[in-house]
Amino acid sequence: MIEVEGLTKDYGPRRAINNLTFQANDGEILGFLGPNGAGKTTTMRILSGFMPPTFGRARVAGFDVVEKSLEVRKRVGYLPETVPLYRDMTVFDYLKYMADLRHIKDAEDRVDDVLGIVHMTERADGYIGNLSKGMRQRIGLAQALLHEPEVLILDEPTIGLDPAQIKEVRNLISEIGKERSVLLSTHILSEAQQICDRVLIINKGKIVAEDTPERLQAGLTGVQRIALRVSGDGDGLEKLVGEVSGVGEVSKIEEGVVEIDCPPGKDLRPTIARKVIDAGYDLLELKNIDLSLEDIFLELTRDEPELPQMDDSSADQPASFQD
Amino acid sequence: MRNMWTIARREYKLFFTNPIAYVVAFFFMIILGYMFFNALAQANIYAMYGQSYAPGPDIVTGPWMVILMVFAMPAITMRSIAEEVHTGTMELMLTAPVKDWELIVGKWLGTFMFMLSLLAITWVFPIILNRFVTPGIDQGVLLSGYVGLVLMAASLVAIGIFISSLFNNQVVVFFVSLAVVLILWFVISPMSNTSSSMGSQIMNYLNLINHYSLNFYQGTIDLSDAVYFLSITAFSLFLGTVSIEVRRWR
Repeated sequence: MIEVEGLTKDYGPRRAINNLTFQANDGEILGFLGPNGAGKTTTMRILSGFMPPTFGRARVAGFDVVEKSLEVRKRVGYLPETVPLYRDMTVFDYLKYMADLRHIKDAEDRVDDVLGIVHMTERADGYIGNLSKGMRQRIGLAQALLHEPEVLILDEPTIGLDPAQIKEVRNLISEIGKERSVLLSTHILSEAQQICDRVLIINKGKIVAEDTPERLQAGLTGVQRIALRVSGDGDGLEKLVGEVSGVGEVSKIEEGVVEIDCPPGKDLRPTIARKVIDAGYDLLELKNIDLSLEDIFLELTRDEPELPQMDDSSADQPASFQD
Repeated sequence: MRNMWTIARREYKLFFTNPIAYVVAFFFMIILGYMFFNALAQANIYAMYGQSYAPGPDIVTGPWMVILMVFAMPAITMRSIAEEVHTGTMELMLTAPVKDWELIVGKWLGTFMFMLSLLAITWVFPIILNRFVTPGIDQGVLLSGYVGLVLMAASLVAIGIFISSLFNNQVVVFFVSLAVVLILWFVISPMSNTSSSMGSQIMNYLNLINHYSLNFYQGTIDLSDAVYFLSITAFSLFLGTVSIEVRRWR
């Protein structure tokens, strides 16, 4: 359970996050999306007890992150973005050390368990400095899972993993997310789409959208767009479709293909199909065009006019999303 | 408390994979070994002329040991916190359920234990010397010297850990620590020792090395010197803890 209210953090004159309010319930995976420099890491650092906010309150697993920082840290599993690890320790020693700091009973057994979960058992005696990026990522994840935390905060957990591992880690997160709350940041949108119950898009320190991935796709676009394809050049198709009641703008994309704007929540496809066939066209394809999360994301995080309380340094942050 | 030991244990173990620790140990052994050899050779020359000369405990507790400690301290403490901040592992420490003072004291304890190990090894020289000298070297002076060295090591390491918590760069930490210790070494009142003004008394009291060389080294254990070293240790560790807290709020 994560409750955040009016969270604000200033780095000197720069406001990194501005008045964030959100909640993640038990058994919920909350995705945190945003371009680089949007304030994802800052928020996660505050929630993990690494640093206090400038204003606002945050409660994790029922404890205030400032007043009961130690209780919060006991209950949170945190994977920082940079995956810091002691390079001069072996994998096993490192995990044992972290387990000891968390006073885990039968620490060695538990270390073996988490090594099994992240498939690193055979590298237990190797030095962390010699591991690949993906392996280090997995060790970082193992560390976050050691104490079976109530709340899991993962800063870009699948970066650097190969596709098979990404799939595994996603499954693992979904599994954990069934009972606990998971907050994960990512800028891979399909990932958010796949495993998150709810998505929070933030840009320049502010929440710009918060909903389930499905609802975001449906609701935010405003119009439902339909693609229609017929055989041949489709002369007069635009005019014909335009006559259907409720249809908005119709635009020709190429020979025999038009895109039709319809009001949301109303499926005009049957009407259009009948009309087109009645007019003697050979109907090849008629489908809804979903605005992908990518499009929504780009739409929402596009450069907006500078807000008055933002100073110049935040303008340096690239607003476009980079993968 | 438990976390403090966990951190101290790791810190101590890490010295045995750290090249700097070996370099420091090497200098300790080579310089003290040379002093030891020198003392024996000198006694030999005296013996050739029919005179007797007995080297004392000062081959290990003398000025060379103080110089070694002053230079070894920045070298072995510079990485303790600075490296964690630099590599980002500080984020792990600060998000683990570890209190800030447990981290600082744990780091200090691990490093201090390493210094103790080094000091323990140097004991081999007086043990050997004792066999060659009749009627044996003055064990009281030796013991008092080692008590002083241990106390001095505690305060030096604490100073180093505090300074390591201030910067991200180990080289900077090394030179700042060295500067601080040299200042504490050479701080003496510009007035003569006889001056009894408050200011010069304080300045003379602050001198770190005098607390060792004027008493422990001479064979007198004075409680006020022990209190001085222990207060320097406690104060530095306190400052280190504050510095970690400030780091969070920055």
